Amino acid sequence: MEAEMEVKNKNNVMCLLSDPEGNPLGAPMYLPQDAGPKELQITVNQLLTNEEKLPYAFYISDQELLVQLGEYLQKNKVSVEKVLPIVYQPQSVFRIRPVNRCSATISGHTEAVLSVAFSPDGQQLASGSGDTTVRLWDLNTQTPMFNCTGHKNWVLSIAWSPDGKHLVSGSKAGELICWDPKTGKPSGNSLVGHKKWITGISWEPLHLQAPCRRFVSSSKDGDARIWDVTLRKSVICLSGHTLAITCVKWGGDGVIYTGSQDCTIKVWETTQGKLIRELKGHGHWVNSLALSTEYVLRTGAFDHTHKHYASPAEMKEAALKRYIKMKGNAPERLVSGSDDFTMFLWEPAVSKHHKTRMTGHQQIVNHVYFSPDGKWIASGSFDKSVKLWNGITGNFVAAFRGHVGPVYQISWSADSRLLLSCSKDSTLKVWDIRTKKLKQDLPGHADEVFAVDWSPDGEKVASGGRDRVLKLWMG
Amino acid sequence: MPQGDYIELHRKRSGYRLDHFDRKRKKEAREVHKRSKTAQNALGIKGKMFAKKRYAEKALMKKTLAMHEESSSRRKVDDEVHDGAIPSYLLDRENTTRAKILSNTIKQKRKEKAGKWDVPLPKVRPVAEDEMFKVIRTGKRKTKQWKRMITKVTFVGQGFTRKPPKYERFIRPSGLRFTKAHVTHPELKCTFNLEMIGVKKNPNGPMYTSLGVVTRGTIIEVNVSELGLVTPAGKVVWGKYAQVTNNPENDGCINAVLLV
Repeated sequence: MEAEMEVKNKNNVMCLLSDPEGNPLGAPMYLPQDAGPKELQITVNQLLTNEEKLPYAFYISDQELLVQLGEYLQKNKVSVEKVLPIVYQPQSVFRIRPVNRCSATISGHTEAVLSVAFSPDGQQLASGSGDTTVRLWDLNTQTPMFNCTGHKNWVLSIAWSPDGKHLVSGSKAGELICWDPKTGKPSGNSLVGHKKWITGISWEPLHLQAPCRRFVSSSKDGDARIWDVTLRKSVICLSGHTLAITCVKWGGDGVIYTGSQDCTIKVWETTQGKLIRELKGHGHWVNSLALSTEYVLRTGAFDHTHKHYASPAEMKEAALKRYIKMKGNAPERLVSGSDDFTMFLWEPAVSKHHKTRMTGHQQIVNHVYFSPDGKWIASGSFDKSVKLWNGITGNFVAAFRGHVGPVYQISWSADSRLLLSCSKDSTLKVWDIRTKKLKQDLPGHADEVFAVDWSPDGEKVASGGRDRVLKLWMG
Repeated sequence: MPQGDYIELHRKRSGYRLDHFDRKRKKEAREVHKRSKTAQNALGIKGKMFAKKRYAEKALMKKTLAMHEESSSRRKVDDEVHDGAIPSYLLDRENTTRAKILSNTIKQKRKEKAGKWDVPLPKVRPVAEDEMFKVIRTGKRKTKQWKRMITKVTFVGQGFTRKPPKYERFIRPSGLRFTKAHVTHPELKCTFNLEMIGVKKNPNGPMYTSLGVVTRGTIIEVNVSELGLVTPAGKVVWGKYAQVTNNPENDGCINAVLLV
């Protein structure tokens, strides 16, 4: 009898399933040792009484569970007597295919391509270049569609409005021009106000106002301006930084974050342009900012279902739903990458002190980006590596090495399973988040690659650089 | 008293001539015409020297004029569109690396011209001709001495066929022909037995390079496909240079160090 009891105990493990925020799902239960991720998925789906079977990933103390429970216990020598905490995380329902071939090389720009952006619905592609033009490309035929001239100097940054109706580009001369993407013509005169070049543009989220009217632009002259496209002028000027502002982001709560070369990040409110908070801590220039809800704000109401919306009010509701679902109960998180080789994770709504300090890079951190589901943070640095961090706690997870030149920009796939990085060594590399390894190497550019973007529907990747051609990659 | 002092003394005592200042002014005005006349009539080396001086003066004058014409009001932005567009995250950074690459290529070209390379053995003992070649006497009376036998290790390659024996001047004994070399990777510190592809350069002279003689300090090309090296573009590297570090004719094998 005793032997039988012992045998029974050996086959079962006491587990407690909990969600990423720590709330337990039911009471601790016995699970057989030969249960793997698939069986756990079925269990979780039943316990949560989901109608559709959603995919989940399971983590035990931050390590993903890929094998059966029994093997895991043996490998890690976890005691059977204690309750084993397993954290489950929902994964996206759709799965993006990794891109592996260059489907088209489109030339057209006569100078280096400086920025590339897909529209929020993924149907259109725009690129800004050093030859002072913005070009719109047709994705179906993979040929140039419109050539938008009007800028006086290099086009440094472009941004689509979340409803896809406007495209704004900023140049080295300090002017901004708003274009109509359907015709390729400017919507009016150029917006002048900044005295030096434009470093970043960010639109107001769709769930705060629809149709999209306002956007904020940051410049080297140290101030950020909020513009209104219908009034065609600068509404508010946010001045306060003493040196150039390197990046600006409009948050989902209706605040604007600006990171500057004076080592501070300022948080502004948008109705009157007052400074709410100042986040200090960095030792050198703040190069890049990223918000946990950034992807949802960028894509607005569009998601993988390719739904078309009739009225702005509908789009606003849909965008609001998506935003709330993405945000959950946690406050919005902000990560900043700086020239002092470190990154800080902040919760600006909670406190003005940083939550975590993320060190590890050996050169300046050039670009930081939250994954679309907010679980991971990726950082590209001039030390030729891309590092992956936990998006909630800021702990280091993995480093991706493979590039032989400084990593310039990174981009996530819409399902958060793949990460793309472009570098000075003229290659793009696709990294798999699950295996933490290189998935695909995409050589082909003749010179440094300056900008890369993954379309929100996950079908295509566009990249442009010093060799003046735009390359489209497909799976 | 010196000459000029007399003139000054006279001027102090009696003042200037009445028409002095007029004459001075007119003489200076005539200077221009006189100068131009001498410039037009000066021939040969004199003319060249004058022209050179005049050109320097002209350039200086143009510069001062331009400086005076510069307006004090500055325009808001730089209107010119420069080449070499870079994205905003690279704008405030001084890219010294590009300049470095350029100067590096120039230095490399100079080195190539001078024939100096960064190799493990920059200098080797020169091999004399009588050490390298052994005179072979031929002919019915063994009086002809135009044939030479190479006493050092050679590499001939796969498709090698001898010249007709009556006409070959340099004899490469088959006992001294080698195809493989023991190549050491300097960083990994491990040695591989790799096949040779060819002799790139023998420091003793281009004649030995063309003959395929392998002595100490020779740069050879080896087949490294079994090492599995890959270029960043994704292509597999299969040939690399290595420098011979021993005297192969004494040891019976070729030891080399890979040039990375």
